[in-house]
Amino acid sequence: MTTTQTRGHAGRSAGEPAAPAEAAGPVNPVERYLRKDRLPHIWCAGCGIGTSVNCFTRAVDSCGIPLDKIAVVSGIGCTGRVAGYLNVDSFHTTHGRPLPFATGLKLAGPGQKVVVYSGDGDLVAIGGNHLIHACRRNVDLTVICVNNFTYGMTGGQVAPTTPVDAIATTTPYGNLEEPFNLPHLVDSSGAVYVARWTTYHVRQLQKSIAEAMRKRGFSFVEVLSPCPTLYGRRNRLGDGLAMQRLFKDRCVVKNGALTREADFDLGGSGPIPVGTFVNRDRPAFLDRYSALMRKELGDRFVPFGRPDAEEHTEAAHWVGAEG
Amino acid sequence: MDGDHAAAEGALAAGCRFAAGYPITPSTEIVERLAARFPLVGGLFVQMEDEIASSIAIQGAVWGGVKAMTVSSGPGMSLMMEHIGYAVMTETPCVFVDVQRAGPSTGLPTLPAQADMMQARWGPHGDCPAVALCPNSPQEAFDLTITAFNLAERFRTPVLLMMDECVGHMLEKVVIPAAEEIEIEPRRYTDKGPGEYVPYRAGDDLVPAMSRVGLGHRFHVTGLTHDERGYPAMSADVHDRLVRRLVAKVARAADDIAFHEADGIDGADVLVLSYGITSRVAARAIECAREGGTRVGHLRLKTIWPFPDRLVERALSGVRAAVVPELNLGQISLEVQRVAAGRTRVVPVTHAGGAVHQPAAIEGAIAEAAR
Repeated sequence: MTTTQTRGHAGRSAGEPAAPAEAAGPVNPVERYLRKDRLPHIWCAGCGIGTSVNCFTRAVDSCGIPLDKIAVVSGIGCTGRVAGYLNVDSFHTTHGRPLPFATGLKLAGPGQKVVVYSGDGDLVAIGGNHLIHACRRNVDLTVICVNNFTYGMTGGQVAPTTPVDAIATTTPYGNLEEPFNLPHLVDSSGAVYVARWTTYHVRQLQKSIAEAMRKRGFSFVEVLSPCPTLYGRRNRLGDGLAMQRLFKDRCVVKNGALTREADFDLGGSGPIPVGTFVNRDRPAFLDRYSALMRKELGDRFVPFGRPDAEEHTEAAHWVGAEG
Repeated sequence: MDGDHAAAEGALAAGCRFAAGYPITPSTEIVERLAARFPLVGGLFVQMEDEIASSIAIQGAVWGGVKAMTVSSGPGMSLMMEHIGYAVMTETPCVFVDVQRAGPSTGLPTLPAQADMMQARWGPHGDCPAVALCPNSPQEAFDLTITAFNLAERFRTPVLLMMDECVGHMLEKVVIPAAEEIEIEPRRYTDKGPGEYVPYRAGDDLVPAMSRVGLGHRFHVTGLTHDERGYPAMSADVHDRLVRRLVAKVARAADDIAFHEADGIDGADVLVLSYGITSRVAARAIECAREGGTRVGHLRLKTIWPFPDRLVERALSGVRAAVVPELNLGQISLEVQRVAAGRTRVVPVTHAGGAVHQPAAIEGAIAEAAR
């Protein structure tokens, strides 16, 4: 993965920014993936969301997916702002609802690679019902869920991912509720690809996002991320660097591990399982739909989609084209 | 064909090719029909996990490049309000069908009401434009569903079709014209290329041209207050300009889209203003009153929102009083009172829903109004 910077250029379509070679001076390899007129971003020093975005852009680069073929959908919250910084067709939807929006978007435009990029509160609390049903429905979507154990945008409230006993503004005496083990939740709901990494594991995370994007069906990558301002500070976990060190010291790579054994206690001292836990095949929604309707209706079946839309199968051409 | 099925056929005729919904009486027959018909015409229905998901899935589909709608009734409509606001703010053309039943809450699931009329106007938070149409027959359910899609595309805003349980389940003859006889408003995509396209810059009609995913425009869509580029802009000035444009693009076309039916308005002493299923009961009451010698005019509104102020003002001029029957405790009668501004007496004929009025109730109100 060290030469990924140039691979995506083969997929460049008309109208994209000039190649780095034409620009004066050194150019950041992921710059063309960002809306530079939207920078600086809103994230705090030490926050891990930017690191995850860096990994995402490099993953896209390594897949060779043209930028015009990607749509990113976010919900509300700190991670919800990711869509606005990426130089692709992007949607900042309502709180908790990026998944149903992305479902409609992907089904209507199957030639697009649709990525849902949002936080744990958005996807798992208010959007939790949509999450389990999206897994079950198996529409061809990739979810990147940045889990920072709290609601950052609103000032550090308790989340369904907050460890027991942790201090949040709405649990000033400690959290009573057990957090979700996200890989187990989405695995048991039917996701075909499930991985967890942290913002410390940038190489693995980049590779995992690329794998998830190539996977046909519902793929889910959890990214454990520091929120030093609103979580780390209150829970004596130190600054962003200290939380990176925590990830380095306590994470154990367990590829293929049973997701029900992937839970951990951030506030304790035990291991934090990371890795690619699930990678299996199950027919994606639209593939199953087309097969069923062809069987039931024969020639009377008219496949879904805009008349001018690329065939769903064409998307597989680049989705499978790893360099 | 019943009104629910007619609305489904109207959607197909209008070019709708994606629907998402969640089962709820008395609207479900619409999506049942679409689920059966869509695979034959290149459409797709998805039954989502709830109404919240349905009301945003259709908007994803719209940005994917198709026409889309969702369908519900009272409790489901309440859940959809946030996303009607999202469609307003992001200027996503889409159609919501509300087959009204009696509320509040679960109320009377299988029985009619017209009690969501103000929800259709004021349901989403913030200052929103509202476009809502109200059919009184299966034929009109077909016709006005097409109109709803056309208005959604014309203004780039959500449009509500406000049916009720009676119209939804009423069986009547529906004439479906040949496709070439049906006027369809196409989506107005930008002709500007990447780099030239400014997603939320509007021309004289205040409606910006649209894009969809995959055209290379790399646009950003957000429910946050945004500038012409679509980028979040947290300032009172930008917000004021944006919200005033969103409201004005519909408000200034109000006269143009004031669809209605007028009967015997000129020279009338009493005006009956009605809409939806209630208009059919009112027609019987008016017939009886006329037989008794009272000069009664009938104005039936098909467009409820934007409220047709000037049309109603003209109809009110010269009458002694206006009678407004509706299956709620007085919603549209408030609008009539606003337009009358104290110059004309307004007599609401209220009914909490669960049945239609007895014609005698409306006839009695006409008699009182004529005194």
